[in-house]
Amino acid sequence: MRRLESLLANINSHRWLTSIVGIVGAGLTLSACNIPAFGAYHGSTLQGHDTFKLWQGFMIIALIVGVIVWGLILWSSFRYRIKPSKSRPNNPDSSDSRDSENSLPRQFQYHLPLEILYTVLPILIVAVMFYFTVVTENEVDAVSANPAVRIYLTAFQWGWRFNYTGEGVSVVGNYNHYPQAVLPVGETVQITLVSSDVVHGFYVPAFNFSRYAQPGVTNVFDLNIRKQGIYNGRCTEFCGLYHTEMIFSIKAVSPTAYHAWLSKQQSKTRTKS
Amino acid sequence: MTTLEEKALTSQEVSAELTDVKSRHFEPSGLLNWLTSTDHKMIGKSYLITSFMFMLLGGALALVIRLQLASPNNSLVTLHQYNELFTMHGSIMIYLFVGPFAFGGLANYIVPLQVGAPDMAFPRLNLLSYWLYLSGGLIMVLGFFVTGGAADFGWVAYAPLSNAVNSPGAGPDMWIVALLLTGFSAIFTGVNIIATVFYLRAPGLTMFRLPIFTWNMVVVAILILIAFPVLTSALVMLYADRHFGTHIFEVQGGGVPVLWQNLFWFFGHPEVYILALPFFGVVTEIIPVFSRKPLFGYKGMLFATLAIAALSTGVWAHHMFTTGVVLLPFFSLMTYLISVPTGVKFFNWIATMWRGHIRFDTPMLYAVGFLITFLGGGLSGMLLAAPPLDFFEHDTYFVVAHFHNVVMALFLAAVGALVYWYPKMTGRMMREGIGKISFWFMFIGANVTFIPQYILGLRGMPRRIVTYPPGIGWHFLNELSTIGSFMIAVGALFLVINFWVSWRKPIPAGNDPWDGHTLEWYTTSPPPHHNFDRLPIVRSERPVWDVKYGLEGAAIPGHSNSNPPSSVKDKDHADNAAG
Repeated sequence: MRRLESLLANINSHRWLTSIVGIVGAGLTLSACNIPAFGAYHGSTLQGHDTFKLWQGFMIIALIVGVIVWGLILWSSFRYRIKPSKSRPNNPDSSDSRDSENSLPRQFQYHLPLEILYTVLPILIVAVMFYFTVVTENEVDAVSANPAVRIYLTAFQWGWRFNYTGEGVSVVGNYNHYPQAVLPVGETVQITLVSSDVVHGFYVPAFNFSRYAQPGVTNVFDLNIRKQGIYNGRCTEFCGLYHTEMIFSIKAVSPTAYHAWLSKQQSKTRTKS
Repeated sequence: MTTLEEKALTSQEVSAELTDVKSRHFEPSGLLNWLTSTDHKMIGKSYLITSFMFMLLGGALALVIRLQLASPNNSLVTLHQYNELFTMHGSIMIYLFVGPFAFGGLANYIVPLQVGAPDMAFPRLNLLSYWLYLSGGLIMVLGFFVTGGAADFGWVAYAPLSNAVNSPGAGPDMWIVALLLTGFSAIFTGVNIIATVFYLRAPGLTMFRLPIFTWNMVVVAILILIAFPVLTSALVMLYADRHFGTHIFEVQGGGVPVLWQNLFWFFGHPEVYILALPFFGVVTEIIPVFSRKPLFGYKGMLFATLAIAALSTGVWAHHMFTTGVVLLPFFSLMTYLISVPTGVKFFNWIATMWRGHIRFDTPMLYAVGFLITFLGGGLSGMLLAAPPLDFFEHDTYFVVAHFHNVVMALFLAAVGALVYWYPKMTGRMMREGIGKISFWFMFIGANVTFIPQYILGLRGMPRRIVTYPPGIGWHFLNELSTIGSFMIAVGALFLVINFWVSWRKPIPAGNDPWDGHTLEWYTTSPPPHHNFDRLPIVRSERPVWDVKYGLEGAAIPGHSNSNPPSSVKDKDHADNAAG
């Protein structure tokens, strides 16, 4: 045990480890401002933005672990490489060929403190990752009891039907004519997602979110869109011939514009009927 | 002393040697031998060659996919053809190449040699396994030639897309039957491997002295016995739904479509480790041999493998995070935990190389290529293990890049295994120069192909789409990915050239070309029909090393190869190492 303690103390004294802990902590606690996006969308919903922050933190952890382990692999490859001599031991009938390689490396095995260290350290890392995963997951999956807008969204081969619950308005489209749903920003939109045939996937890249639409399963989730704009979305789960063309978009507007659009649609429906 | 090149024999001389080996045991030759031999070495080679052929076919399909995606709004193939292409590419690579190559080919050939056995425990069952595999494979591929074409519902065949209404025709049925046959093939091989290792080990070869490759094959066999029956029964249910009017996966009849996903992934995730563990084993054989050191933590490695296997049966629903019907934290935690033993493996491999004398012959190059590539796949796997992150990565090219990163690492290890054991199987060396060219094409190609796909996934490109419009930033990355895929193909071409050259102008390998550690290097190359004329005394996990360097002699610098097997005997009583 004393050996382990001294080893741990020795490693703790290294400045690099302290700085790594610092960076990881910073990555997880700081907000999005000065950390790179690592290729992901910033998340145009509250939920998607939470996801984005988790992504940043995890990318930092992954890069640190990656740099250390890749570094160790490359270091030991280059440092302990020996130049192949002309008489390598692949020569079948030269019993003395190994002599020309001079020495064997020291045949060491097993170092219990080191082995405990490289088992416990990853456990600690994943424990931290798991904690932040659960926190973010609860934020993303939280469902409001009284959302401002309720949408009953049906996926079918190969299109989408957005029913505005209680408003008598629906937006339908398929692979010939992509549907565009209008939603308000700054309010809670609750989507109830079902499928009328096979498994589909509701996916809006800019929201950092997707969810399956499945026969026999009803999925409910909330979106709080932060910024106005047009967001493209599509089916992610392969659903047959026109999977590629199962596209929709969401036009996020101000609540006033949303209500204006809604009453226009309602009057359209009334004149039709 | 002569160099290897000077030792090149004519093919007649080598075949004369081979005839000499063969004459000790009567066997038919040619096609009849291929179809009737119960020798594990023959069956192993049959598996290796057959699965290699399937790999070339699956790879060709992938190249067509990459050509289709190389430019926006491309119409090289039709929608339906594209769906067939990616379904059959995935199915061939996973069901007909990686698995059968590993536990049908490598395990069949190497495990009996590593445990010092004359054959597998059940040689005729072994041959039946091969027949089932071959017929299953042919049935799956022949799907291309029936009306309606091959299966086109993806390699995961999600219900209800895979039912008779959405996927009519004989092609999907042939896909199901093919998997039933190859599934039984895998189960029988699993039984065979377990029986062989448990009952046919050489004297002194305790379980804690078993080479890690063989250990991994035992664990794989156990996983096969856990996972494949679930797939097989799910396939029977799917077939019944399609043809016998049951509604197991149909909402209309009170069935549960998501049950298919649960059953499939209960097979599917252990399957990931069924594919990966053999190649972890390969790398664990190669690295100590070429570092000229024992494996750093034999027991740590072994327990890590067992932990991975145990955890792998509890992570299946991380493929289903976006279904909304699974307990997210549980499967997320299990997935995180699996990275711990994987990390232990990585540190073991590194510590084995640490202060070694590393010779970068081709097998070692492939092993290090595996480490570097696999780490990328492992780290992106960590990023997928968090359900919120999975929500936006799932079913995009990020996932495609992740698992291709993993399987390309396995592929590098598979080629490494071929190069490493080819001398044992044929008595000939492969060419180092061509092997290295082949490696660099494959290694660089793998990364050029799949790193752009990570970015494509983050930019919102879903998987299994046939094309994309221009002007959304996907074109260049797809083009890059296509270029990379052709680099891999060039690497594979050099591999084939390497086989051809070694066949036409053989360089004899001798019994032990790599200064090996384990029993297969003690016998002739190729081994005689019964594998061993004599066996060394096994007193550690490196019996052949002990013969060459002595049990303690290993620590003496400049120790020569003067220790005959008898000197090992003298040291028996003193030794208690690695017991």
